[in-house]
Amino acid sequence: MGKTLLQKVWDLHTVRPLSTGQTQLFIGLHLIHEVTTPQAFDMLRARGIGVAFPDRTFGTTDHIIPTLDQVRPFQDTLAEAMLSALERNCAEYDIPLWNLDSDRQGIVHVIGPELGLTQPGMTIACGDSHTSTHGALGAVAFGIGTSQVRDVLASQSLAFDPLKVRRIAVNGTLDNGVFAKDVILEIIHRLGVQGGVGHAYEYGGTAVDQMSIDERLTICNMSIEGGARVGYVNPDQTTFDYLRGRPFAPQGDAFDRAVSWWRSIASDADAEYDDVVDIAATEIEPRVTWGINPEQSVGVSQRIPGPGAAGSNGAVAEALEFMGLSGGMPIKGTKVDVAFVGSCTNSRLSDLREAARIAKGQRVASHVKALVVPGSQAVLAAAEREGLDQVFRDAGFEWRGAGCSMCLAMNPDRLEGNQMCASSSNRNFKGRQGSPTGRTLLMSPAMVAAAALAGEVADVRDIVQRRE
Amino acid sequence: MSNRAVDRIEGSALPLRGDNIDTDRIIPARFLKAITFDGLGDHVFEDDRAAMPHHPFSNPAYQQARIILANDNFGSGSSREHAPQALKRWGIDACLGESFSEIFRGNALAIGLPCATASPDDIARLMDLVENTPATPLALSLSERSVTVDGQPVGIDVEDHVRDAFLTGTWDATGLLLDDFDVVRGVASRVPYIRGF
Ligand code: SF4
Repeated sequence: MGKTLLQKVWDLHTVRPLSTGQTQLFIGLHLIHEVTTPQAFDMLRARGIGVAFPDRTFGTTDHIIPTLDQVRPFQDTLAEAMLSALERNCAEYDIPLWNLDSDRQGIVHVIGPELGLTQPGMTIACGDSHTSTHGALGAVAFGIGTSQVRDVLASQSLAFDPLKVRRIAVNGTLDNGVFAKDVILEIIHRLGVQGGVGHAYEYGGTAVDQMSIDERLTICNMSIEGGARVGYVNPDQTTFDYLRGRPFAPQGDAFDRAVSWWRSIASDADAEYDDVVDIAATEIEPRVTWGINPEQSVGVSQRIPGPGAAGSNGAVAEALEFMGLSGGMPIKGTKVDVAFVGSCTNSRLSDLREAARIAKGQRVASHVKALVVPGSQAVLAAAEREGLDQVFRDAGFEWRGAGCSMCLAMNPDRLEGNQMCASSSNRNFKGRQGSPTGRTLLMSPAMVAAAALAGEVADVRDIVQRRE
Repeated sequence: MSNRAVDRIEGSALPLRGDNIDTDRIIPARFLKAITFDGLGDHVFEDDRAAMPHHPFSNPAYQQARIILANDNFGSGSSREHAPQALKRWGIDACLGESFSEIFRGNALAIGLPCATASPDDIARLMDLVENTPATPLALSLSERSVTVDGQPVGIDVEDHVRDAFLTGTWDATGLLLDDFDVVRGVASRVPYIRGF
């Protein structure tokens, strides 16, 4: 009987089974940022413990950094204190840090793959739930809390409960105007926000096989929104081609040896899964969330469900009330005030290209504030080389510096009052985008661009197909 | 922070109705902008409380509560440890719900805050009871896997390893992980990507 990638990686990294029923796993790569680490370093200091493998931890800054004025010290003294703490801690423990002055700085889940730090067969941990993103390259990547960050620093290992594996096979070809974001929103809608609890999601099928690494990153990113802490795609030629030549990827002969090991770490053809789900790519249309959790989405041609629809404890009614939407109305035509292209889900070069393709030669609706926030300085520079910044500016979008920005609004970019935001991010929770009453509609970057132009939720397929 | 055993949590409870209550609601992201966890307790459910004048965390009747009663998938969303930290710093010493998100439960364990589950019916009954009589004392016992109200024990679930960790005071994992550090080094030396392929 064959094994899954998860089993192989798990076995290779097992330090020891613990009497608790958990397994102590070696962590191959640890990524840190300014929000979830200051307390971890303080705990280490308080206990007089050092960092076990400082060369396996890398730091960057993303969550709190302003995207307009990055002059230090920041006007926001709390943000300044957080970045200063990260600088101090990295210096004290000899941990590399890609700070604002580095062309490698960016959202932690964007730069890991981009620099070739993220590789197939690795175990990866980061104090951030979207660490699942890195699974797109065939790594097993866990989002962890601050006490666990402390434990990785101290021991380069963590204790985990065993995980089941659910294979989600998406077969067929996606319609023009339908993207990886729509696929993962569809998966979460079908399986629910708790569907993945206790599972790793293995994404496959012909539609995923045909996807670029950027698209796979989008899918794995939102595994956590489906309740799965880990999501991955088996490494294949696309993965190897992506990694070749990246700064931290193996070079020369070592790269070829790496490829043969990476091939061997993929799930075997006869691997046994705890569960298998099949999804037809042709059935997926562009999706938009209408509620306050990521499972509450509909296809753009569909209607918002009524308060009587399935859902316990009045979940639909509560969501509709918060969103100020009426059940039974089409989602298309919902007015938006803000449009945000960015976040670790959809801020890579290919995302910006798709949004720019829609925006090119058009104008953002006069009542809409639209901004584009690249995921990293490398993405920003590459986009500028292609002139995407000009396309966006000409259309009336603001072009900003790299960071998390309005995904969670820990920097100055935020919704005001009950603004409605078309957003390419991953969470539509109440208050997520910085205003307690602010509202979020999750969708693909192309759909965000379409909504920015129309001033309301629009079907990007109408634009794409009209132009053909 | 020294480790200590946790078994019985006795006190009144706070009913927090609703499924999928996420970490952004437990502690809005703007309060993550700090380099310590101090003071987080004051901002628990801050936005929900502003929107709902009768929010249980604002209700004087529940200010002494030590146990939170929750519905399905409590603590979903982000991996921020600030969520259980904020609850604990407010005064919560145990969570009892229909279910919890995995990361939330793990983070709560790491700071010595047990999360136990009970059937939806039992949770509904306990919530009704506490809403009618907020001062009702509950006694939650991890060793007996029960919560006792009015002398009547109700069964609760806690995973074996979580229960052991609390009962033996080993919920803080650092010591355990450092126990056999030579083995960690051994694994590092055999992993192909560290050996250089
Ligand atoms: S972009 Fe958003 S989801 Fe991603 S790491 Fe930043 S804050 Fe978290």
